[in-house]
Amino acid sequence: MQMMKLLRKLINAVRRLSGDDAYERYLQHFQAHHASEAEPLNRKTFFKLEQERKWNGIRRCC
Amino acid sequence: MSSTQPPSEPAAPARTLSGVLLWVLVAGTGAFALGGIALHRGETINSAWLLVAALCVYAIGYRFYSAFIAAKVLGIDPTRATPAERFNDGRDFVPTNKWVVFGHHFAAIAGPGPLVGPTLAAQFGYLPGTLWILIGAVLGGCVQDFVTLFFSTRRDGRSLGQMARDELGPIGGAAALIGVMMIMIILIAVLGLVVVNAMKHSPWATSTIAATIPIAVLVGLYMRNIRPGRVLEASLIGVTLLLFAVAGGGWLDHQETLRGFFDYDATHLAYWIIGYGFAAAVLPVWLLLAPRDYLSTFMKLGTIIALAIAILMLRPDIKMPAFTQFIDGSGPIFGGKLFPFVFITIACGAISGFHALIASGTTPKLISSERDMRMIGYGGMMMESFVAIMAMIAATVLDPGVFFAINSPAGAVGAEAIDAVAKISSWGFPVTVEQMQNLAQQMGEASLFARTGGAPSLAVGMANLLSSAFGAGLLAMWYHFAIMFEALFILTTLDAGTRVARFMLQDMLGNIYPPLGRTSWYPGVLLTSGIVVAAWGYFLYMGTIDPLGGINSLWPLFGISNQMLAAIALCVGTTILIKSGKARYAWVTAVPLLWLVIITSSAAWQKLFSPDLRIGFIAHANDLADKIAAGVLPPDKALQAPHLIFNDHLDALLAALFMLINWVMVFETIRISTRVLRGRTCPPLTESAHEPSRLVEDWVRD
Repeated sequence: MQMMKLLRKLINAVRRLSGDDAYERYLQHFQAHHASEAEPLNRKTFFKLEQERKWNGIRRCC
Repeated sequence: MSSTQPPSEPAAPARTLSGVLLWVLVAGTGAFALGGIALHRGETINSAWLLVAALCVYAIGYRFYSAFIAAKVLGIDPTRATPAERFNDGRDFVPTNKWVVFGHHFAAIAGPGPLVGPTLAAQFGYLPGTLWILIGAVLGGCVQDFVTLFFSTRRDGRSLGQMARDELGPIGGAAALIGVMMIMIILIAVLGLVVVNAMKHSPWATSTIAATIPIAVLVGLYMRNIRPGRVLEASLIGVTLLLFAVAGGGWLDHQETLRGFFDYDATHLAYWIIGYGFAAAVLPVWLLLAPRDYLSTFMKLGTIIALAIAILMLRPDIKMPAFTQFIDGSGPIFGGKLFPFVFITIACGAISGFHALIASGTTPKLISSERDMRMIGYGGMMMESFVAIMAMIAATVLDPGVFFAINSPAGAVGAEAIDAVAKISSWGFPVTVEQMQNLAQQMGEASLFARTGGAPSLAVGMANLLSSAFGAGLLAMWYHFAIMFEALFILTTLDAGTRVARFMLQDMLGNIYPPLGRTSWYPGVLLTSGIVVAAWGYFLYMGTIDPLGGINSLWPLFGISNQMLAAIALCVGTTILIKSGKARYAWVTAVPLLWLVIITSSAAWQKLFSPDLRIGFIAHANDLADKIAAGVLPPDKALQAPHLIFNDHLDALLAALFMLINWVMVFETIRISTRVLRGRTCPPLTESAHEPSRLVEDWVRD
C-alpha cells in the first residue's frame, strides 16, 4: 500500500516535470478562473499553442 | 529592497551544538580533501578525493554564502508576491512547485558546455580546472545565476537585455544585445565543430546521429497528431528507438556498401550540419525542434545520473598528473598559458553568461515564492558545476598518452600515427600505436587519432566508466551511446540557438523594414534564418579546414564571449545593487566581475597580439602572408592560405569586439554607479512595486 502510494507520487512527479499533465492542469486552471468566459481548448489545440509559445524565446543553453 | 525588513532566509535556525559540529566536520573534510588533492604527488590519485572536496565545497557554499546573499545582499522576501502569482495567466506566468522549476531550470542551463570545457582544460592537469570549477562556481557562477534570477523576478521576468537597457541606459542595452547575438553565432559554430569531429570517418556515429532526425520527427508527429500531448509515451518510444539506432549503427558499420553512405570527411559533414541547421530553423518547431528537445532532455538527465552513479560506485583512479608541462602555453589541444586560458576554456561549469539568459525571462515567470530562488538559482548552477567535475574525472581517468593522442590535432603532433605517438611519448605521456589501435577497435572506430573537440575522449572515458559499472563489456555500444547523447543535445542547442538568433535578427531588421520583423512572414523567415546559418556555418567550415583543428581558435573565442556575457550580467547586477542602496554589498557581484574583466581582457589581448602563432590571430595571419610571399607553401596549402588569413583577421576582429563590448559595459556601470553614489540623476530603478503574497497563507508546499 505504502509502495503504491510512493510509486503514484513518483509517476505524478515525472508527469509534472515532463509536462505530460499540462492539459489536465490547464483544464483545472480554466475551470477555476475562466469557466464563465468561454469553452476550454481541446487537447490538440492546446498543445499546438503551448508548443509555439514555449519556443518563442531562449530555452536552451550551452 | 523593500522598506520593510524581510525575515531573514532561512528563518534563522537556533544554533544547536550538533549543527555547529556538523558544519565544522563538513568544513574540515572539505579542507582535508582539497589539501590532499593539492599536495598529492603520487602516480595516481583516487577520484573520490575530488568528489568529496567538491561536495563539501558546494555544501558550505550553499549553506553559508547563498544564505548570506539571500538574506543580506538581495533581501529575499517570501511575503512578496512573485510575477507568477500576480500575473498567473496559466500560460507564461504560472506559480510552480520549486522542484519542478528546479528541474526545468537545470535542464535548460545544462548543455554540452560543461562536458567539453573541462575535457579540453585537462591538458593542464586535473588540478587547475578542478579548482576553477569549484571556486568559480561557488563565488561566481552560482552568484551570477542567483542574482540575475532575483532581479529579473523583481522586474516581472524581464530579459537580461531589457534590464541592461532599463538600468544602464541605451548604450549598455545595445552592447548587451550585440553581445548576445555574437555569442550565439560562435557557440553554434564551435558546437557544430565538436559534432563534426566526432562523426568524421565514423559511419557508426554518423548513421546513429542521422537516425536521430527521423526519430525526432516521428516523436513530433506522435505528440501532435496521434496522441496529442502525451509527452511521456512519445519520449519513451523515442528513447527506445534511439537505443536501437545506436545498435543499428554497429550493424551498419559492418556492411561494406552501406557504411560508404555514412563515411565523410569533416568538410562534407560541415555542409550537412549547415543544411540541417537551416532546415531545422525554417521547419515548424513541433516537427523537429520540440520533440528533439524532449528526447535530449531525457537522455541528458538519464546519462548524467548514470555517470554520477558509475563514478560514485567505481571511484576510478585519476591518471593525469595534477599539473602538466603545458601550463607554459605549449599545449597541443589549444595554445596558451594556464593564466588566463584555463579560465576561458572552462566557462560553463564555473561561470557561464549564457545562464543569465535563462535566469532572466524564462525561469522567473514560474517562481511561486522568492524563497525558492536560492535553490533554483544558486543550487541549479551548483549541479551544473558538479557535471563539469564529472567530465573532468571522465577525461582524467584515461591514460594521459591516450588522452593527448585523441585530442591533439594533426597540425600539432603530425598526421601519421607513428609521428603522433612518438611526439606524445616524448612529452612524458607514453602511448603506442598498438594501444591506440586496440582502443579504436574496442570502441568500434577506425581510428581515434586527432579526434579533437573533446566529445570522443569524453565518450571513451564515459564508455569505460559505464561499461564497468553497468555492463557486460559492451564498450563499443557505450562509446557510441555517449557520442549519440552528446550529439543529441548539441544539435538541440544548434536548432534552438539558430532560432533565437533569428528572432533577434528579425527584431533588429524589423526596425528597418517592418515586414522582416514579422515572425510569420515566410520570406523574412527564410532570409533571416539564412543569414544566421551562413554566419555560424562560415565559422564551422573554416574550423574544419583549419590545420590546427579549429577548436584551437574557436573554443577560446566562445569562452571569451561567454565570460563577456557573464560580465554583462554582473554589471547589471552590480548597478542594481548600488542603485538600491546596497553599495556595501556590491562586492558580491563586483569581485567576480573584476575577475572576469581581467581574464577576458588578457585572453582577448593575447588572442590578438601574442607573437605565438598558435595564440595570436594576427601573428598567424602575418606568418601565412610571409610564407605565401616567400613561396614556401605546398600548392594545396597556398590555395587555402588566403582564406585562413581572412579568417584570422575576422577572429581578431571578433576578439577585439568582445573586449570592446565588455569595457563599454564596465564603463557604463562605473559611470552610473558613481552618479548614484554622488546623488546625481540616473535611470531609475525599475523594480515592480511590492504586493503582498497570498500564497504564503493559503498555499501548502508539497
